[in-house]
Amino acid sequence: MSMATTDPRAAGPAPFVPQAYRVEEVTRELADTVSLRLAPLDGARPDFRPGQFNMLWAFGVGEAAISISDVETDGSFVHTVRAVGAVSGALAGLEVGTRVGLRGPFGTGWRVAEARGADVVVVAGGLGLAPLRPAIQALLADRARYGRVAILVGARSPETLLYPEALAPWQRRPDVEVLVTVDHAGADWAGRVGVVPGLVPRAAFDADDCVALVCGPEVMMRFTVAALRHAGVAAERIHVSMERNMKCAVGWCGHCQFGPAFVCKDGPVMRYDAIADLFSIPEV
Amino acid sequence: MEPEPRARTTALIDRRGLQALIEALADEGYRVVGPTRRDDAIVYDDLADLDDLPAGWTEHQEAGRYRLVARDDQALFGYAVGPHAWKRFLHPPVETLWTAQRDEHGLTFRSPEPAEERFAFLGVRACELQAIAIQDRVFLEGPHVDAGYGARRREAFIVAVNCGEAGGTCFCVSMQTGPRAESGFDLALTELLEADRHDFLVEVGSPAGAALLERLPHRKAGGADHRAADAVVARTASRMGRELETQGLKALLQDNPEHPRWDDVAERCLTCGNCTMVCPTCFCTTVEDHSDLAGTRAERVRLWDSCFTLDFSYLHGGSVRQSPRSRYRQWMTHKLASWIDQFGTSGCVGCGRCITWCPTGIDITEEAAVIRATAPQRRDP
Repeated sequence: MSMATTDPRAAGPAPFVPQAYRVEEVTRELADTVSLRLAPLDGARPDFRPGQFNMLWAFGVGEAAISISDVETDGSFVHTVRAVGAVSGALAGLEVGTRVGLRGPFGTGWRVAEARGADVVVVAGGLGLAPLRPAIQALLADRARYGRVAILVGARSPETLLYPEALAPWQRRPDVEVLVTVDHAGADWAGRVGVVPGLVPRAAFDADDCVALVCGPEVMMRFTVAALRHAGVAAERIHVSMERNMKCAVGWCGHCQFGPAFVCKDGPVMRYDAIADLFSIPEV
Repeated sequence: MEPEPRARTTALIDRRGLQALIEALADEGYRVVGPTRRDDAIVYDDLADLDDLPAGWTEHQEAGRYRLVARDDQALFGYAVGPHAWKRFLHPPVETLWTAQRDEHGLTFRSPEPAEERFAFLGVRACELQAIAIQDRVFLEGPHVDAGYGARRREAFIVAVNCGEAGGTCFCVSMQTGPRAESGFDLALTELLEADRHDFLVEVGSPAGAALLERLPHRKAGGADHRAADAVVARTASRMGRELETQGLKALLQDNPEHPRWDDVAERCLTCGNCTMVCPTCFCTTVEDHSDLAGTRAERVRLWDSCFTLDFSYLHGGSVRQSPRSRYRQWMTHKLASWIDQFGTSGCVGCGRCITWCPTGIDITEEAAVIRATAPQRRDP
């Protein structure tokens, strides 16, 4: 019996020290958003759970928490990054062949298996689809074990709809209901216009026996949760993915606190009933 | 007559014995750190010998006020705590986490070599022992271990001192952390300063402490010595400058995030972060990345940070905690309430530093008392 090697605290490098990864592929998703496919330079990609994140480091600029949006069978991670600050801007500007630092995965994942036997409602706003994509893939890979599956996706405009190439095959499946909406659109948009919480009453699911996975801007999650609660979904069956400033990802830097939770280790995916009291208080 | 049986081995040393203690620790390779007078304050720094201790000084502490005052005796430990806490040695304000080297072959990360330094802390107060135990939970008892902190902590030799003076902002009695050092030390001293003697009752708290005591000139402690030491601690306990009612405090703060007192305190709070810097348990940090001009080397440095800065909660689009109100609320609610959810104890040890070193004299005990007195009654569950 080897206890020493199974102790996560004894194994592996210090949690602060990144591993070197190589940018294998850069895919432009939106005007300000790219997906990076990253492969480890040494060893194998660590295991991950849908919903977890990695800390990506751009040489000499800094580090940011970015959710895992896909994995490839060749052992690489896919991260979708929107250029909104110095670090994410540097990451979004990386070229194929560049070396980056990566530590992780960190945090909690979507409890996909917990939804077996029940209906599943996935609600994504904007870039919130990125951490949900691996959960959707896991659901669809094991489709027979779930009840009805509804995927509700919202974006600001048709041009900012993420992963259209992934949405299309989901939309074609007879066993998945995909509803898409945008906040604003031009005359050439034939789809729905409106905010994503408005899709909740249109989706077919059993409110008494479903699990909801929600990710997007905080205000979108607040209204989506309200719509789900109004439809009769119990608070403990709603899961949301929180976002806070993170420096360390292991509960030491304090930045990501949300009430008693450290979003880096108690989240990012959290059961709504655990945070319901804090969810509506500004500036927590 | 035999003295009352004690749980711990005790002995008596005098000033010579204390000098021998410092020398013995240095002889064993420790960097001896303790209270010393500098910049009109009592701070923690290297001690070469007994003369470095602030003999004959005490301090006057009040909300937003700290002044050194000469004593009318030559007590070596006749004061409470100053602006420094031991976290500056165990959890240093600036620490390199790793360096990175980039060349045509790849990218290599290196952790710094662990420091060989072993600390001996002389003069650790009971509240500070609890503060160290609290930071142990943060850095050593989660899913990950901070190896640097762990090494420094494991190697540290701790000489506690039972307080003979209560500071004007002290409330360790309320927090049940002092003024007597109960555990977590190698040796604990009580200063016995009377007209005809200047001795220290020594309690042994560990085998390492027992071994060190054997190297010092010491004599047997009698019943009178024990009674005198008990009296010192009892007198200090009766002279706390502040008190904090902890009964129901966690629920009180967590149930009142919109209490008008948060607006009131925000009027006085400068969000300077002094309270978090002097707090012996505040552990938050940020990181900075540095790189050379050639773009081949980079390093990541960890620095103390404060939840009072706007940057602390920054997300794209703006900080989560924009208002001073929300930042003070975060600090105090974390310290006294959500800390219990996270780590099983309050984050406050009652040392009073945040009160003393607040430039506008905000008093955490007063804020808590006002919220308690004016909070709406909780509805029955």
